[in-house]
Amino acid sequence: MQFIGNQFTQSTALCGNDLATFPDFPAEIRAPAGTTFGVSAFQINFGASVIKTSGDDCDMVVAMNPAALKVELPELKLGGLILVDAGTFTERNLHKAHFDTNPLEDGSLSPYRLIELDISAMTLEAVKEFGLGKKEALRCKNMWTLGLVYWMYDRDRQVTIDWLNEKFANLPDLAAANIAALNAGHAFGETAEIPDGVHGFSIGKANIAPGEYRTVTGAEALSWGLVAGAKLAGLKMTFCSYPITPASSLLHTLSNLMDYDVVTFQAEDEIAAVCTAIGASYAGSLGITSSSGPGIALKAEAMGLAISAELPLIVVNSQRAGPSTGMPTKTEQSDLHQAVFGRNADSPLVVVASRSPSDCFYVAIETIRLAVKYMTPAILLTDGYIGNAAELWLIPDFDSFESFPVEFRIDPEGYQPFLRDEKTLARPWATPGTPGLEHRIGGLEKDFDTGHISYDSANHQRMTEIRAAKINGIADDIPLQTVEEGDGKGELAVVGWGSTYGPINRAVSALRDEGKKVSHIHIRHIWPLPKNLGDLLEGFDQVLVPELNKGQLSTLLRSQYLTDAQTLSKVSGQPFKISEIEAAIRDRLEK
Amino acid sequence: MNVVTPLNKLTPADFATDQEVRWCPGCGDYAILKAMQRTLADIGATKENTVFVSGIGCAARFPYYMATYGFHTIHGRAPAVGTGIKLANPDLDVWVITGDGDALSIGGNHLLHVLRRNVNLQVLLFNNETYGLTKGQYSPTSRAGTRSPSTPMGSIENPVSAVALALGAGARFVARSVDTMQKHLPVIFKRAHDHNGTSFVEIFQNCIVYNDEVFAEFTAKDVADDAEIILEHGQPLIFGKQKNQGLRVKPGFIELETVIIGEDGVTEEDILVHDETNRALAGMLALLEPPSMPVAIGVLYCDPRPSYDDGVKDHMDEALKHSSGHDINALLRRGHTWTITD
Ligand SMILES: Cc1ncc(C[n+]2csc(CCOP(=O)(O)OP(=O)(O)O)c2C)c(N)n1
Ligand code: SF4
Ligand SMILES: [Mg+2]
Repeated sequence: MQFIGNQFTQSTALCGNDLATFPDFPAEIRAPAGTTFGVSAFQINFGASVIKTSGDDCDMVVAMNPAALKVELPELKLGGLILVDAGTFTERNLHKAHFDTNPLEDGSLSPYRLIELDISAMTLEAVKEFGLGKKEALRCKNMWTLGLVYWMYDRDRQVTIDWLNEKFANLPDLAAANIAALNAGHAFGETAEIPDGVHGFSIGKANIAPGEYRTVTGAEALSWGLVAGAKLAGLKMTFCSYPITPASSLLHTLSNLMDYDVVTFQAEDEIAAVCTAIGASYAGSLGITSSSGPGIALKAEAMGLAISAELPLIVVNSQRAGPSTGMPTKTEQSDLHQAVFGRNADSPLVVVASRSPSDCFYVAIETIRLAVKYMTPAILLTDGYIGNAAELWLIPDFDSFESFPVEFRIDPEGYQPFLRDEKTLARPWATPGTPGLEHRIGGLEKDFDTGHISYDSANHQRMTEIRAAKINGIADDIPLQTVEEGDGKGELAVVGWGSTYGPINRAVSALRDEGKKVSHIHIRHIWPLPKNLGDLLEGFDQVLVPELNKGQLSTLLRSQYLTDAQTLSKVSGQPFKISEIEAAIRDRLEK
Repeated sequence: MNVVTPLNKLTPADFATDQEVRWCPGCGDYAILKAMQRTLADIGATKENTVFVSGIGCAARFPYYMATYGFHTIHGRAPAVGTGIKLANPDLDVWVITGDGDALSIGGNHLLHVLRRNVNLQVLLFNNETYGLTKGQYSPTSRAGTRSPSTPMGSIENPVSAVALALGAGARFVARSVDTMQKHLPVIFKRAHDHNGTSFVEIFQNCIVYNDEVFAEFTAKDVADDAEIILEHGQPLIFGKQKNQGLRVKPGFIELETVIIGEDGVTEEDILVHDETNRALAGMLALLEPPSMPVAIGVLYCDPRPSYDDGVKDHMDEALKHSSGHDINALLRRGHTWTITD
């Protein structure tokens, strides 16, 4: 299912539509087929206008079995189109999907337009000549369906044909069978009388700025952003990780970028991963580690070491639903407090959050810039939704990015490991191998001047203050908070962070079209916060914070600015719908 | 003839820092420190290319006293930090300093994996059979029955053998020495240093405060000759004050036995010759325990294989052959792209 979703995405992008996708799949690799918890779904929103979300309710649902219909039907608009493989609506499958009666027969689908086809049978017929076993032949039915959907939306089949030929280069029969199925589905659309008067849809080109485009997932953009950021800093990258959903795709992508001087290391656990990254930074490389909430929890003690030793370190958290193992493949934004506060003692660091797949590229560069300039660990928050989702991206020209080359300390004259730059308060980065700068550092408290071990109480006070001041001072080096949509004053500010960007923005635009005095503010720099944010919020009568958690950003805003920020919480493992945010805004404005 | 000393050759004193050493007076760690400073001078090490990395514990204070680069990290994780240092800069000479608690309890996992990966660094485990820094609780190497603040009735756990564990983890260099063996330690350190891959050295270290004389039954001057066997590659496994005891494979068994040369028709030809490259022999030597058997000291096993560092370098070299010169613009345009015009 994820494969054909990706194929549809590619061909849609080539049609000049804007798009956003939302792959939604179970945690089990081969979840039992036909069960509702085993349903693997791929949602795509595309069209002739600019797309900011993967969509609310769907116009069309393609259900390859009863379980898929059961799970996805609530997402379909009334009057929407349902395409089902009627061949799978057997008693056994209906039972597995917990249908008491057959929905194709009991009238429950009457509010929708239903296309029932025995796709299984037609697929078997289409691939007959290739002599596949029944099981293998039936696997081609996704391609048959994709062919029909391509016809309905007037998409080009060639990308998929090329992809099949490449994927099954060593199994030409399988490639040919899949292509035959794809073509047969398409031909069916052209020739057959599809019931209910459904014809091919035609969707115009979106009004998109000229330039060179591609589709990009969050994991790709993030990987490339890390590579780009390391290059701008003039550093080699050492990326250390332990596999965990949904963070592993970063490890996989970067492991294939050795030709960009990326060293990747699959550690024995998350603690080893972060410690290896710290060792790499200590020795002059850019140490990066990546995980999801449970793994980030394991890294906490080592992050404290990097804070105390004042070494640059990038920690990427691809958030997922929790607590504990939670729902590994479902998205959530519930690690904000873990990122800002989740370590023993007063241990401040930098936290930056990305808002969309392509935004990961820019956020990765920004995170690296701050970590190396201020000699500090920095956490980059993304989430499972952003990582897996794809969007259209106007590819930037890398030459237009400003570099921020690291200057390692090499001059022994007057060197002390913890003497700070007056402006940034960062200590010098002196790496082993440099003659004359031999020194010892660690997690024990250090003397303010010499860097030697110190248990002096006044010194600890001073060091704690300066570690905090260093991080707080970064507020002077990050962009002021802007308003994404609407005015800098008004009745209601909707404040978001991370992947809620799309739905908040659409909801706010829609209500502004109605004349409502609502604005959208989206925070990228979570810690330190932009220094004008408090003043900005004061310009609004109310502040509403939609978050995929129980109110973590709003707690932070309340504590920092004594503002009465209200939470709109959702923790179902699914992104917000535009309509949910719209409703909450209306509700607040009526009060 | 004039003897020319190389200008930059450092002395042991050059490797000492000005920091006040904070170990208890009489602690075995002092002797190990001294032997290390001597070793680095002997091998002509430079201060700038040498890095000591440690976890937490009394032993882990070691880096503060070496005038090289030093990183005192967190409990148990020094092998991981050391691995990162080697990944970033394989030319550095990295020594991991750890204790029995640090390496075998909290950091057991990392020890296993650094040995298995064969990262080119040295791991020195100071085994005092106790948690010194936290005031003397029993440790994973404490013998069953050890009384300590947390085991008033004696510990009920079986200890782990550090060298047997290292061999099991796939270490390609495994050695042992004793804090008081000031001539032997530098020899072992030098061997460990010269070995390509992870070198693992267990050092019996006396904790005079919490576990005094715990190794005395085989290290004390008056008994050592009979209770220890000093291994030498290619030499017969002979020990004892009279140099008349030896090890051989017990006929009909897969185990070692102690025999006396000249008794029961045993001659020197019957005694096993030490072969460092023989893993099975190393395994048997690792498990020799007093009082019935002598404790094996020296290089138990040394059979180098390409290190992890070598493997990473090979892969990088291979990948860089196909490099586009790190062109980020090319990276961003991998796969399908298309241009939209007005
Ligand atoms: C995460 C963590 N847990 C516990 C401790 C407390 N602690 C410090 S050293 C130590 C044991 C050290 O024993 P060992 O490694 O044998 O070193 P020794 O002091 O005997 O040289 C413990 C438990 C710590 N520093 N960090
Ligand atoms: S407690 Fe034991 S190991 Fe620690 S310094 Fe004192 S004597 Fe040495
Ligand atoms: Mg100990």
